[in-house]
Parts: sequence; structure tokens; C-alpha cells
Amino acid sequence: MEQASSDLEGQLQPAPLEPLGYADGELEAAVGEKAEGAQEESSGLDTMTENNFWLKKIEISVSEAEKRTGRNAVNMQETYTAYLIETRSVEHADGQSVLTDSLWRRYSEFELLRNYLLVCYPHIVVPPLPEKRAEFVWHKLSADNMDPDFVERRRIGLENFLLRVASHPTLCRDKIFYLFLTQEGNWKETVNETGFQLKADSRLKALNATFRVKNPDKRFTELKHYSDELQSVISHLLRVRARVADRLYGVYKVHGNYGRVFSEWSAIEKEMGDGLQSAGHHMDVYASSIDDILEDEEHYADQLKEYLFYAEALRAVCRKHELMQYDLEMAVQDLASKKQQCEELATGTVRTFSLKGMTTKLFGQEAPEQREARIKVLEEQISEGEQQLKSKNLEGREFVKNAWADIERFKEQKNHDLKEALISYAVMQISMCKKGIQVWTNAKECFSKM
Amino acid sequence: MAGGPPKALLSSGPHSLRDMPHPLAVSSSEEAVGGDSTPSPDLLVARSFGDKDLILPNGGTPAGTSSPASSSSLLNRLQLDDEIDGETRDLFVTVDDPKKHVCTMETYITYRITTKSTRVEFDLPEYSVRRRYQDFDWLRSKLEESQPTHLIPPLPEKFVVKGVVDRFSEEFVETRRKALDKFLKRITDHPVLSFNEHFNVFLTAKDLNAYRKQGIALLTRVGESVKHVTGGYKLRSRPLEFAAIGEYLDTFALKLGTIDRIAQRIIKEEIEYLVELREYGPVYSTWSALEGELAEPLEGVSACIGNCSTALEELTDDMTEDFLPVLREYILYSDSMKSVLKKRDQVQAEYEAKLEAMALRKEDRPKVPADVEKCQDRVECFNADLKADMERWQNNKRQDFRQLLMGLADKNIQYYEKVHVEPLKSVSRCTYA
Repeated sequence: MEQASSDLEGQLQPAPLEPLGYADGELEAAVGEKAEGAQEESSGLDTMTENNFWLKKIEISVSEAEKRTGRNAVNMQETYTAYLIETRSVEHADGQSVLTDSLWRRYSEFELLRNYLLVCYPHIVVPPLPEKRAEFVWHKLSADNMDPDFVERRRIGLENFLLRVASHPTLCRDKIFYLFLTQEGNWKETVNETGFQLKADSRLKALNATFRVKNPDKRFTELKHYSDELQSVISHLLRVRARVADRLYGVYKVHGNYGRVFSEWSAIEKEMGDGLQSAGHHMDVYASSIDDILEDEEHYADQLKEYLFYAEALRAVCRKHELMQYDLEMAVQDLASKKQQCEELATGTVRTFSLKGMTTKLFGQEAPEQREARIKVLEEQISEGEQQLKSKNLEGREFVKNAWADIERFKEQKNHDLKEALISYAVMQISMCKKGIQVWTNAKECFSKM
Repeated sequence: MAGGPPKALLSSGPHSLRDMPHPLAVSSSEEAVGGDSTPSPDLLVARSFGDKDLILPNGGTPAGTSSPASSSSLLNRLQLDDEIDGETRDLFVTVDDPKKHVCTMETYITYRITTKSTRVEFDLPEYSVRRRYQDFDWLRSKLEESQPTHLIPPLPEKFVVKGVVDRFSEEFVETRRKALDKFLKRITDHPVLSFNEHFNVFLTAKDLNAYRKQGIALLTRVGESVKHVTGGYKLRSRPLEFAAIGEYLDTFALKLGTIDRIAQRIIKEEIEYLVELREYGPVYSTWSALEGELAEPLEGVSACIGNCSTALEELTDDMTEDFLPVLREYILYSDSMKSVLKKRDQVQAEYEAKLEAMALRKEDRPKVPADVEKCQDRVECFNADLKADMERWQNNKRQDFRQLLMGLADKNIQYYEKVHVEPLKSVSRCTYA
């Protein structure tokens, strides 16, 4: 036990934020290899990338943040932060990296990229962006978007986002993503030209589906429930954690007052003076140690936040399934009703109430030619409907299969990442205790010399 | 009770102080016994140990001993505690065993006072009596009255706000017991106060109330005379050392007050931190119920936080029960010392006034009138007592604060040691899973 702890305490620094399995943002993605779930792209759009790009190892980093002013869409002056994205290709032979691309992007462009990915890959749990506005802050941290600490944490979050996308077997091959990293000018236009906004499902439609769908895949229902609970519990956790940080900060900082008063007291003492004075110094050290401790904890909070936002992405996939399922159920219903109509017209029996039936009763039966025409139209529609149903079914099944594959991938990633985060949190606690013991032991020694 | 005339303080003898070696002088290790002559060191030691000297009322052996106590076995018994100031102790007093008494008129707590001594002033080698707070209060007043030139240790605060503090809670009673124990021990350690008649009665009398009602006045000449010193004399010049002591005590009390406020603030913040932790831990458990693989590490974190809460509560309790009361005691101590200093000033002022008056009445010269001489004696003896007591006080203060602050550091070290056990377990469990 002792051995284990000393090994671990050697790595007291919590693990830096990095996606599953890829240290330093390296990506090795030869096109042929990552084949799972990789067949589909959004229909009709050329999103395959050039093979060459991905055969080399690449490193992505968001290396800088810069405050800028410019004119926005309504021609008003605004201040925003731009982030420098650098892409390096790593030569296999000597491991040296060469800067291949470097450009500046602002947060809204990241958002655009993500929205695009959400629409075009609805079966994928799309990695989340870092929060737009600072939430779950405790008093010392600023909630101001321009605050340098916030900007720094956001820079790390954006880098993490790109690394997540780059390490996803499907998303990494998207052309728009590639262009995001490589094409500075006109990228926005290029994205918009894909017309992805048209493909986006309306919120209303999605909500409607959620309530009306009769037979969704049970696994998705459970998953949706899980993601709701996960969101709720992580939010709660982060809120309380912020309050805990606040209180802990208070405890440590008040100890700093001991430093001052011991110093003043030592001035009137003869033999006790030195001991008091030096003990006071240790109290100052203790009080200032909390700053680093809480900074480390902030990284932990950010790791939890990522999964809080991931829960939303998970729910989005579930919603898409519900939508597709609802669509399917509607199509089945529609087909059934058309078939019935057809049958009624053919046999002349009216089983169900229809306006046509009413008018026929009132105004007399229509002519046989009209009836024939109507039957023909219906038969065409039925045939079309059957085709559509077939393809919808296929689509639905494909969706479920692919989504579930990505969900499994996500689950593993989540378990791995959060387990690491929790361990590093425990390590942080151990480190905090060790520092505390050290300081108080030093103070005790000073007191003993009084 | 030992018979004989009431013991007079050595310093109040007819001789000028300058002629006699001060009993508390550094080289001497004797205890002030009293009497007109300087006791020899050998005689004192013999007195300490020889219980053959004890005149027992029943003529039998002292209670509690199996055989006529020989010097050597007594010596063994007495060397339980460490030697203090190079002296071997012959008086041990302890306060323990608090008990609640419920009577028709009131409810109160008594404490058992156990005394072990070989001093001649005590008829028996061992005593066990029960006393309540008011008895301690009485003792302190009596000591102040009868030994006005000495620094009397403080008592824990008399009044507690009813409804805010539970007078009968275990913690309160224990805190008080410790303070009362400290009070008696400080008197025990004092070479003059420990021989005070009232102290003896307090330790030994079966019925203290009866004694109190008798109101036996055992005032010494100095006590009597100092008591009658009225105010209204203006002090010419305070000797530097007493001025310095006064300034020191002012700043000292100020700094202690600040430390008390800081400590209270820390406790308050820690309690608020505790409140948040109590909500924080269970959230991890809630989360753990949703998960599969993550359930164990999440429960682990929950356990860490729970453990931290427990340790924190212990820390804040310790601070409240052990640290704050001692600080407050010392603030009270400084306050009472300041009043003794004031009295000294008064005695000196009176002397100066008399001296001035004498200078004006030319006919008295060169013979100095008796009352002026008496005043001079008073001043000198007061100064000597106070100086000696201050030195003693400074020493004790240093030890007390060393102990107090080391204790504070210890409690915090123990807190962190307790807290880091759980995360250590979690981490090793997870990495070897």
C-alpha cells in the first residue's frame, strides 16, 4: 500500500486534459484502418477528405488566444477573442513536427462547425464545446468572458474539442473539419454552402416526436433517461463544488491573519519572539497555498463539465432516433390508411368515415371513371409509400446500428476519462493533505522553539 | 488544621527587605515558609519529607499509608511529577469527576478536588473534597484580598448566556473542569499563594460553607494595609520596569484578542465548509447509483468527502474546547494583572505623598516617622513580590503558549492525516483494479 501511494504521489500533477488514448494530440488515422461505422457520410455531400492528409500523424493545438475588435453582423463594434489553431504533421522517421497550417478562429466559428457536425452526423455523439459563458463559478473566479483565466481555460477546452473530433473514427474524416483547420478565409461560406441548415430537424418536430412516438427502441429510452439523470447530477455536483471551493478558500485565507498578528506579537516578546515570527511565516505560506490547490481543482471541474455537456449530445442522438422512429410510424400509418381507402373505393364499402363518403351519400355516387382515376392515384401513392417505408426502415435500422456502435465507443471513453479524473481528484486531495501536514509540522517546530 | 499563630509573610517582617535574602532569589530553592528567620535549606527539606514532624490528631499513622511512611517511600510517591524550577514538589492538586446535583432550589455541578501533600500545613497526606464554581470564586476573592501584592490566576468565565451555551453539556463541563484544574495548579506552583490559609481550607475543609460563614479573617499585615490604601494619590513617576510591564500587558492582551477573533473566524469558516461538504459527498453517491464501471470510484470519492467531514468536525470541536478557552483565560489574566499594577501604583503614590508631607514638616528630620517607613516597606515588598511573580508568569506564559500553539499545530496535522487516508485507499484500489 505504501509503495503504491508513493508511486502515485510521484505524479501529483493531475493528468492534463486529453482525449482517450491520444497523448499530445497526435493522431494516427490511416484511412483504411478505422473502418467501424465509417461508411456513412451525410448523403449528397462530399465530406471525404483527401487520403494523404490523414496518412501522416498530425498534431493539433490551440496555442494562443488574442483579444480583437471588429465589426459584427449589424456593423457594431465588438470585442472578441480569437484563437490560434496550429496543425503540425509529424514525420515518422525522426519524430520532428512541421507546421503545416496555422489560422485564427473565434468561438462562433467553432459553434458553426459543431452545429454542422450535429446535423450531418446525427448518429454520432458529437464532442461538446467548452461553455460559452462561465457557469458554476465560485467567488474568486471571474464570470467575465474576457477574464484571462476564463480565456485560458476556454483555449484548453477548444483544443480538447478539436482533439476529440480528430480522434473520432468518423468525424476525423469530415472535409469541413479539415477545412476548418486549413482554410482561413471563406470557410464560413463553404459551410453554409453545404446547405446543412436545411437538413436540421426543427425543435418543434423533435419535441412532437418525443411525445408521440409509440415504439422506440428501449435502449434509447433508457439512454435518454440516463443522460437526463447524468446532466442533473453533474450540475448539482458542480454547483456544490463551487460552494465548497469558496468555503475552503475562506478557511485558508483567514489563517494568513495569524501571520500578521504573530509577527506583531513577536515584537514584544523576548524568548518567544523568534519562534512566533517564523511560525507566522508558515501561516502565510499555508494561506497562499490554496490558490494553486484550487486552480488544479478547476481542471477537474472542467473535466466534469465536458461530460455534463456530452450528456446533451447523447440526448440529441436519442432524440434523432425518436424522430426517425416517429417518422416511420407515421409513414406506416399513412400507408395503412391509403391502402384502406383504396380497398374501400374498389369494393365500394365504406368502413371508415370520410368526407368523400359523406359527399357521396349526399350528392350521389361519383362516376366510375372518377373512381378509377382515384384508385390509380392511390395505388401509385401506395407503391411510392411502400418504397419509402422500405428505405425508412433500412435507414432506421442503420441508424440504430451505427448510433449504438458510437454509443458503446462513447461509454468506454466516458468510463476511462472519468475514472482518470476521479483518481486525479483523489491524488489532488492527497497532495493537499501532504502540504497541510508539511506546513503545520514546520509551524509546530517553530512553536517548540518558543 | 495546623495549629499555631497565623503565618506571616516573610516579606512583612520588621526588618528592611534589603537585609534579608529574598526567598525567591534565584539561588535559593527553598519555599517560603514564614517565620522571622531565614530557614536553612536542610531544615526545609527535612520538613518536606519528614512526616514524623506531623502531629496527627489520632496519634496514629497517616491515613492512606500502610505503614509509618518512611522518607524513602514518600520520596518515591512524591516524585511522580517532574521537578519544577529545580524544586521537588510536595503538593499535588487535581480537579476531576464532575457531578450534577439536582436540588429543589437549583441544579449545579461539583468537582472533586484531590490533594496529596507532605507539607506540615496539611494534617493528612491526602484529601478529597467536592467543590462547586462559587467555591472557586470565593477562593479567588479571598486570595486577592489576602495577597494583594501577588498575581492571582484567573478563573474561567463566571457567567454563561443561558440558552446559548448549555451549562450542563459534557463539552462545557469538561472545558470548565480543565480551566479550574489549571487555576488550582497555578496556585499550587506559586511559592507564596500555595501556603495561603484560604487555599488550605479550600482543599481540605469538609464543609466549606460553614467556614465561609465564620468569615475568619486571616489577613496579613500587608494585606490589611494594602486594603486600606485608598485612591486619590497621584503617582509621580512609575519605575521603568513597571511602566514596561504595563505597556507589555496592554499590547499582549490586544494581540491575544486579535488571535481570539481570528480563531473564531476560522472556526466559523470551517463550519460553513463542513455544511457544504455534507451536501457534496452524497451527490457522488447519487451519481454512483447511475453508473456501472464508475460506481466504485464515485463511491470512493463520496467516502473521502465523508471522512473529511468527520475529521473537520473533530477539529472545530477541539478548537472550541481546547484552544479558545485558554486564550480567553490569558486575556482575563492580563486584565487582573493590570489591576494589581494599579494597586502598586497607588501604594507607591501614597508613599510619595507621605514622603512629601514629611519633607515639609521639618521637625521630623532626621528621624523618619514610623508610618512613612511602613509605607516604604509596603512599596518595596509590593515591588519585590510583583517582580518575582511577573518573572514566574512570563516563564509559565511561555510554556503555556508553547504547549497551546504546538497543540494547535498538532490538531491540524492530525486532521490532515485523517483526511488523507481515504483518498489513498481509493487511489490504490482503482489503480490495481
